[in-house]
Amino acid sequence: MSTYRVIHAGTSRSFPDAHPFLEGAQPDGDAFVFLGEHAGAAFIDNTPPGDAPFIAIELGTECLGEHTGESRGEEGCNIVGFARYRLGSAEPTALVELVRQPRTTPEALAAARTAFEAAGLVVAVCNDFPGRIVDRLVRPYFNAALRRLDEKLATADDLDKTLMLGLGYPEGPIALLERTGLEHHHDVTRALYDALGQEAYAPARRAQVARRRALRDAE
Amino acid sequence: MNEIRTVGIAGCGTMGAGIAIVAARAGFRTRIHDTRAEAIEKARTQTEAFLRKSVERGKLAPGKLPEVMAAWTGTTKLEDLADCDIVIEAVFEDLAVKHELFAQLDAVCPAHTIFASNTSTISITEIAGGSGRADRFVGMHFCLPAQLMKLVEMSPGINTTEATFETAWRFCEALGQKPVRTQDSPGFILNYFLIPFNNDAIRLVEQGVAEPADIDLAIKTALGYPMGPLELLDLVGMDTQRLLCEAMHGLTHEPRAACPPLVKRMIAAGHLGKKTGRGFHAYGDTKMFGA
Ligand SMILES: NC(=O)c1ccc[n+]([C@@H]2O[C@H](COP(=O)([O-])OP(=O)(O)OC[C@H]3O[C@@H](n4cnc5c(N)ncnc54)[C@H](O)[C@@H]3O)[C@@H](O)[C@H]2O)c1
Repeated sequence: MSTYRVIHAGTSRSFPDAHPFLEGAQPDGDAFVFLGEHAGAAFIDNTPPGDAPFIAIELGTECLGEHTGESRGEEGCNIVGFARYRLGSAEPTALVELVRQPRTTPEALAAARTAFEAAGLVVAVCNDFPGRIVDRLVRPYFNAALRRLDEKLATADDLDKTLMLGLGYPEGPIALLERTGLEHHHDVTRALYDALGQEAYAPARRAQVARRRALRDAE
Repeated sequence: MNEIRTVGIAGCGTMGAGIAIVAARAGFRTRIHDTRAEAIEKARTQTEAFLRKSVERGKLAPGKLPEVMAAWTGTTKLEDLADCDIVIEAVFEDLAVKHELFAQLDAVCPAHTIFASNTSTISITEIAGGSGRADRFVGMHFCLPAQLMKLVEMSPGINTTEATFETAWRFCEALGQKPVRTQDSPGFILNYFLIPFNNDAIRLVEQGVAEPADIDLAIKTALGYPMGPLELLDLVGMDTQRLLCEAMHGLTHEPRAACPPLVKRMIAAGHLGKKTGRGFHAYGDTKMFGA
């Protein structure tokens, strides 16, 4: 397994607290992990050597291409993007979405995967699209649940109960969104709606209300 | 307020047979009707086998098996449902077929008999409109396999009286099921959310966002779902997903409900899902779950 060093650049949504992945880092590690909300900028400021086993940049809602540049659909080298999946204010989950580009080398992808898996994380690889896998897939469903609640399809409890009993989900969408912060759902869907332009991603009314209230409370 | 003692089930296919197990197991006199004698024979054999398995697994007391089978009667004669307090319809998903059946039932059953439909995609109000008793009509949507799944989505039609709905609701609880109340709206709750969600997962594959295995793994790990959407679709089958999309999209015209082109290509290629050994994933064994 390649050794890796961690470059901190602001608050990290993926690793807010101590974690075996951070403990496994070495100051002179061969691979580079840029962590935090400014990870992309930190990568631009001190571009690591081209022969590093891998370079991993923590992503927010942006695409990896914003940091690496893109051309002709042939971009990609030893650089990957990543984010641990985390809903709003909930703890990060074990899932790491590992982002590749068309020409990302299999060696860099495998080396990054090994480093995350060695720390007990679960890796799913995806291409460089807005929302990656999970947000891309669940946000329209969450929006629909919020909209249908407004339309009185059923009570919040019955909506949640149906999805839990019918599909074995551990928690229904309304309880899950209210627990983890509807305002966060607003922020993610706003970014996805800007990026994808599809109505299904437009922030639901309840999420807009929650975001405005959170802003007002912060003033 | 009438009390429900005798339950009729019309249509002895996948769903009707399962619902009949639920009713007989809960102690109701259960009469199951189908126009095809072979459907009834098949259901009787499968019901006995299912109950024997339940006994083996400790889910049913051994002495209960003969009791449940004694409560279960199959018939090809619709008139045999004449003493039922409620009739749950589970025939083909076709409004004309359902209307014809209910018109006949209306002539056979006494006035107090409540009619219920297990339809997945047709409006309860529309079916009730041709039943001769729209005020005593409810939607009772069970999940597959009905004998194992507790959820029942219950919906009143526009003309359903609150008393009818309450009686049906209490009956549903007496079955040992877990009812939820939903509007009479396409797909009720579960299918309204599930069909487009599954389509979105297919579109992720179509657009090259990720491989099926990564999509399923990501969803299960991030959200704790017991199954990934593409694994679930392999069980549902692409042919069924296509029919569900056509029904839902035809009613709602919502873009997410439209059948993704990849589904049609997979059907053409014979990749229907687990039953053909290949769908989004490859399978060595084509056996399906359930009884
Ligand atoms: N299969 C599912 O997953 C599922 C889930 C929930 C609800 N449903 C709904 O349940 C209903 C039945 O679905 P299924 O999958 O059990 O279908 P199925 O094809 O397995 O069974 C239908 C049965 O109805 C019988 N039948 C047809 N016309 C009849 C009539 N006039 N009188 C008596 N019997 C008649 C047929 O012989 C057949 O045995 C449909 O309305 C469907 O939308 C299906």
